[in-house]
Amino acid sequence: MRYLVSVIDDKSNPGSTDRQPAISVFNERLIAEGYWVFAGGLADTDAATVIDNRGEQAILTDGPFIESKEYLAGVWVWEAPDLDMALKLATEASKVCDRKIEVRPFQ
Amino acid sequence: MSDAEEAITRAHHEEWARVVATLTRRFGDLDIAEEAAGEAFAIAVERWPADGVPPNPGGWLTTTANRKAIDRLRRETKRDDRHKEAQMLYDDNPPEPLGAIDDDRLRLIFTCCHPALAMETRVALTLRMVGGLTVPEIARAFLVQETAMSQRITRAKAKIKAARIPYRVPSAEDLPGRVSGVLAVLFLVFNEGYLATGPDTDPVRHELTAEAIRLTRLIRALVPGNGEVAGLLALMLLTEARRPARVSATGELVTLGEQDRGAWDAAMIAEGHRLVRERLAAGVAPGRYQILAAINAVHTFAHDVRDTDWSQIVALYNQLVRLDSSAIVALNRAIAVAELDGAEVALAAVDRLEDRLAGYHAYHATRADLLRRLGRSQDSRTAYDKAIELAGNTAETAHLTRRRDQLA
Repeated sequence: MRYLVSVIDDKSNPGSTDRQPAISVFNERLIAEGYWVFAGGLADTDAATVIDNRGEQAILTDGPFIESKEYLAGVWVWEAPDLDMALKLATEASKVCDRKIEVRPFQ
Repeated sequence: MSDAEEAITRAHHEEWARVVATLTRRFGDLDIAEEAAGEAFAIAVERWPADGVPPNPGGWLTTTANRKAIDRLRRETKRDDRHKEAQMLYDDNPPEPLGAIDDDRLRLIFTCCHPALAMETRVALTLRMVGGLTVPEIARAFLVQETAMSQRITRAKAKIKAARIPYRVPSAEDLPGRVSGVLAVLFLVFNEGYLATGPDTDPVRHELTAEAIRLTRLIRALVPGNGEVAGLLALMLLTEARRPARVSATGELVTLGEQDRGAWDAAMIAEGHRLVRERLAAGVAPGRYQILAAINAVHTFAHDVRDTDWSQIVALYNQLVRLDSSAIVALNRAIAVAELDGAEVALAAVDRLEDRLAGYHAYHATRADLLRRLGRSQDSRTAYDKAIELAGNTAETAHLTRRRDQLA
């Protein structure tokens, strides 16, 4: 079962910025134990562009699709046997990243 | 009630969770299990009065539900994925031996009380899947529209499936935490039954307290060594035992001190006391429910309120405060302190809780009572007014109103 694991940061109360070494160690473990599928940190939401081409012509909007205090700072994709395992790893990930984590299954 | 009707009621109590649990493991789907179990009981209602009650009602229901589930899968398989379910279709094995089925009920409970589900969802799902209450019954119990309750349960089943919430008993390291999650669900069901909220609701909803006790007994049978399970069961029994004396003929709440202790249920009290003694003998540091049960054991041990061992009760509350620093525990401790050290000492302790409890009716009701005992009628009246405004239980409102109107 695949899970999208989102790292959520808070603009008004951001997590600490020194987490990269710990995250790297955690990633190596995810790879070694077979849970790791993909991981990536994201640039600031200011760097986002939204495209809507459902109408006659494409409309580009500068910025994220939703402005909010909380935003997506990075993602993982994990392969885990069930939600209990995904939640166990996410509990560690939240400590490692010093941020909130959302776990959401792929269809 | 005819013999067949009685047998169906009994089978519903004793076998519902077993049937749903067995089918969930077999078919890996709560929805299929729930629907098939419902159909099997509907068929029993039709057949048993005419054909007679089968010698093994549980086996009959499981087999019938199994067939119904397979019928449904056959219908669905015709529509979509033919290969995936093909093996299951012809796997018409007899029901599993008893040990494995008991495990299934535990699996079912842990799945319904999974921490990834919202608390109100866990409550609804547990009452439906494990307790066998119907959606309208659960909706009525929690004063929610039937459609809303039905959606809540449907969404929960969909999440369990989509997120793959496992159908298993948690590992030994996770077990204590997960059991306490299950107990929290059952305690919530019990409390909602014991002090039902809502202006048009009966003050005590016996069907909920009875269901909570029944399910706690089931958990106790499944994890007999857990002290907190025994503690919660004792707490529920010692509380439920007082139910006959708790609401007057005119629908007014009767406080513990004023209750007719002869009306208490002696058998329930004896069982509750036995459980508390069992836990004391275990010599293991008690958890929250065990301490609460012990407090209730001290209360119910006294044949007259004047014989209550208040120093023992305060000592137990001191123990509880160390485990649970919530303001509500502190409030209850203060009520016991009033009996031991007087209303003035207790009032000082209660007043310190104002920040945290100003929106809670019992805080104002306690203050009102203490102020009344100190002869401060005007302050007491103001506190009663506030308590009446916030109270949600009809019997409690009636009691508070009478007390207020008796003030000098």
